[in-house]
Parts: sequence; structure tokens; C-alpha cells
Amino acid sequence: MSDTLILSARWGKPDSAALSTYRADGGYAALDKALGMEPSLIVDEVKKSNLRGRGGAGFATGLKWTFLPKDVRPRYLTVNADESEPGTFKDRYIIEHDPHMLIEGIALTCYALDIHLAYVYIRGEFARQARILEKAVEEARAAGIIGSKLLGKKDFDLEIHVHRGAGAYICGEESALLESLEGKKGYPRLKPPFPAVVGLWGKPTIINNVETIANVPWIVQHGGDAFMALGTGKSGGTRLFGVSGHVNRPGVYEKPCHYNLKKLIMEDAGGILGGRKLKAVIPGGSSSPVLAAHEIDISLEFDAVKAAGSMSGSGGVIVFDESACMVRALARLTRFYAEESCGQCTPCREGTNWMEGICHKLEHGHGTAADVAKLEQVANSIAGNTICALGDAAAMPVQSFVKKFKAEFLQHAELHRCPSGDHGWGLTQAPRDAVAGPVRYAR
Amino acid sequence: MTNQAGGVEGLPREKVEQFDRELAPILKRYPPDRKASAMIPALRLGQALFGHVSPAVQALAADRLGTSPSRAEEVATFYVMLETHPTGKHLVELCTNVSCSLSGGDQLWAYLKRKLALAQAGSTTDGRYTLREVECLGSCGTAPAMLVDEEMYEQLTPQKVDAILGGLK
Repeated sequence: MSDTLILSARWGKPDSAALSTYRADGGYAALDKALGMEPSLIVDEVKKSNLRGRGGAGFATGLKWTFLPKDVRPRYLTVNADESEPGTFKDRYIIEHDPHMLIEGIALTCYALDIHLAYVYIRGEFARQARILEKAVEEARAAGIIGSKLLGKKDFDLEIHVHRGAGAYICGEESALLESLEGKKGYPRLKPPFPAVVGLWGKPTIINNVETIANVPWIVQHGGDAFMALGTGKSGGTRLFGVSGHVNRPGVYEKPCHYNLKKLIMEDAGGILGGRKLKAVIPGGSSSPVLAAHEIDISLEFDAVKAAGSMSGSGGVIVFDESACMVRALARLTRFYAEESCGQCTPCREGTNWMEGICHKLEHGHGTAADVAKLEQVANSIAGNTICALGDAAAMPVQSFVKKFKAEFLQHAELHRCPSGDHGWGLTQAPRDAVAGPVRYAR
Repeated sequence: MTNQAGGVEGLPREKVEQFDRELAPILKRYPPDRKASAMIPALRLGQALFGHVSPAVQALAADRLGTSPSRAEEVATFYVMLETHPTGKHLVELCTNVSCSLSGGDQLWAYLKRKLALAQAGSTTDGRYTLREVECLGSCGTAPAMLVDEEMYEQLTPQKVDAILGGLK
């Protein structure tokens, strides 16, 4: 398996966010190369690369790009930096440590797709990251990289703006993001039409995740085939995997997209805290179905994780050791979805509150076995019955936690307390030294 | 709350002028016929200048963006970072979602409540702090994390929390 680093190669270098650092390391050479290419050839390279969306859905990026209607202008690009899925913390490091890689990716994408206006929708809580990105965009504009002429020579105007959100998980859903960018509350839109056809202000719009776009310069520079070769099957390239929870070395690790989950946790992230046993792993952000300890010896490639009954999603791996209480964990997650449901669809608006209430009851010793059955029933009634994927995202953890740890749920109901006492979050609850690629964050 | 409670004319004039001055460069980010897209930044600006997004501030933003006050109210009440009511001088927002709590977030929540003498989320009686639990801040590797006045602090311990709050004006 290759050790090639695409996304985190420059992280940790002195002043890595500066334009001069990026340029000294060959930055914007891909854009220079692209300006001598037919735009459609760039799309072909991205198609060949097997780049799949890094925001969670894993949809083929090149294919998404071809959904743009041929003859409608203007078109827009929006980059999704609304990183809010619990367990996911990767896009922020791209912005913090290498914002120009993202800007070059945006410029390449816009040139390839004849787009002249791009927005980066960044979650409101990322104040520092928004400042870094705004500064980098300003630098690129002042250097003539974007603006009226790409790289100061190609007659192609491009403007990039940073748009800050204001605290709403739902705005990571692409159509809710567009509503929010139009100055409204984040209610997802009914699809079809998909945003590539009817998007921002009713015009064709491509929405890609930060990490997805950040891969484009490398693909243009080294070719789609080289990117494809780093992965396997229908997934090319490397990915940023975030590991958090009960591990010795939490952080973000760039690995080939088919890296082994067990190896990631046990070797790269330093194994389980205190030498305790592993209990459960959420492999791709809080919405992905939980895996029991014996189910983690799998490839993290999108289709492989799907075959294992979960999702590789956003690459956010959350690890629980044997001292953690699964009822407590699910109670917290159901509270998150109840809090973040936008309220548009009844099954999700009502159902998420029911799930939160039942989990709370079980956690505090007031539940019964009938409540456990009711919990599953409510989750099943939400799944598939809502406009956007938040309904499914709320139902999947509930369905999988109850299925895989049913005995623990029933014990809570029978004993009217947590069988493992009151340390519901586990025995070790303290910050740890962390990493982001080559960067170390001492606690 | 309806928008009838306060009109734009009730806001201090010099601050309204400052609002207009600072809104101008924000508006340049959106096409001239899509000014309403600036609703979140406009309300954020209003919050920074007037303390919170009152009905009058909502009406001001709506007026400048050429849209209805109800559109401003829809946005002001939907997003958790927009405050429709006054808050304490400093806003302390701790993440207690799963990755943070696995690293001590839940214990910090209890600690912060004790420290600020609050039984639950809310404001201290002297109006100095508003304490709140928030959802995942995207700091799961460097957990636990909190926002203080919208700036992020990570890898928190009770000692770090003491130092951060102690350093506030």
C-alpha cells in the first residue's frame, strides 16, 4: 500500500498556510498546466481518477460534474466546509494548514466547468479557519491568481467568497446549504431537481466537500490514473481519516482510501487507552451504523464498509473501549439529532425527540423492555420517510446500537440502572496528545 | 416574538450608521440582485454591534437587504449562533457530544456549572457569563472543546478552563 500523501503533505511546514510556502512547494503549477488544457480534459481526468465525495455520501465526483446541463449559465460552485458530523474533524486542518491547495482546487474545478463564482460555506463555529481562508483568498486575489484573469494570464474571471454559517448541522446537507446561502433557514429541498440542475438562485450548482476539491490539483498534476492507482475498486486516492474517542493517539491520518480500519485504530492511533479491550467503533461519522469489536478488520473503502453493514461516510472514526456505556452514548447521539432536526418533516421532527426521550429514560433507569422495542420501532418509522438524509442519519445509529448491544439496553431496563455503574463515558476521560498528519498537538 | 415590538428607529443612530458602513463590503460578495443572501452575515454584524438580534435589528437587516422582516426572523430563530435575546457578557459554549465526552467533556460541563454557580445552562446573575452545551464543534481529536465568545479552545482540562475564563476582561 502506497505512502503517498496528497492532502497532508505540507501540514506542519513553517508558515504552511502562506502563498509563498505553497508556491515554493510547486503550488499553482497544476492550475498553470490546466490553463493549457481543454477544460473537458480536466473533467475526464477527474472521472478517470475515481475520486468520490469526501463529505459522506461517497458519490463519484466526475459523474456529479457531468450532471450540469450543457447550455445553462451562470453556473456556480459551492464548497461545503460545514463540517459538523460528530466525529469528523478533517476539513478544518486542510483550511488551517494548506488553504491554497483548496483555492487551487476551486480554481481548477471552476475552469473545468466554466464557473466564474464560487462560495465556500464554512460553519459558523470555525471562526479561525474562516479568517485563515479569507486571508488566503485575499492573497490569491492580490497575486492575480484569481480575479479578472486566472494566474494573471488566462482570460477567465473567477471570484471566490467565504460565507460563514451560524450553527446548524443541517446546512451540511447540500440543498439546505443552498437555502442558507440564499439567506434563509436551512430547510432541505425536495429532490429532484438536483442542485447540479437547479441549485443556487435556481441555477446549476456543483457542491463538493473541501477534501474532495483539495484533491483536484494533485489529479491534474499527476493524472487521473495515478490517483486511481492509489485506491482500489471504484475508489481512488487517499483519504483523511479522523480517529477520536478511547485511543492513545487521536487525530487525523491520511491513508489510502482502502486502509484497514483495525490497523488504523490499533497501530496508527496507538491502540486502546489503558490497554483495555475495544468495545465498539463508529466508522464514518456519528450517522454510520456502529460496528462491534469483532467487525472492524475491514477495508475502509466505501463499498467495503457498506458490505460490512455500515458506511465509510465522512471518515470520522469514533472508538469506545469496554468501559463505555452504549446506552449513554446513544442517548447523547439521539439528543444531537433531536437538536439538529430542522423540523420540516414530521417523522424526523417528532421521531428524533421520541428517540431522545426513550434513551434518556433508559439511561436514567426508568425504562422497560417495551421501551427498547419502541425505540427500534420509532427509528424504523423515520428511516426512508423524510426529504433529506438526516432522518436516516438519526435512525441508523439507533437501529445499529440496539441491534448490536441489545443485551446492554435490556439490562438497563431490567436493573433500572447502568450495569457498569456510573462511569458511562468510560474510565479514562481526559484530553490526550493528538495529531493531524505530521502536526502534533500536545495536550 | 413578533417584529412589532421594536422598529429600526429605536436603534441608536450612530450604530445604525456603523452597521451600514460595515455591511457595504459584505454585500459585494453577492450579486446585486441577490442581496438577501447576506442575511446571516448581516444579522451577525447586527449581533456584534447591538448585542443581540432583537426584532429591531432583524427589521434593520431586512430593510437593508430588501426583504421582509419575517425572513430575518426566520433566520434569526433558526441558527443557534444568532441570539434573539440578550446573553451574558461572555458566552461559554462547551461541546458534550460523544467524542468530547469520551475525553472528559461531560465532567467539564459539571465543573463549569459548579464554577459559575449555575444549576443548568443559562446566565450568571451578574450577567458576566452565559453557559451553554453545544453540539459537535469539529474538534474530536483535540477533545474536549469549547467556544468562548466564538473562539475555539481545545484539549481542555479544568485548569485550562480556569485560565481561559480568568483571562477574560
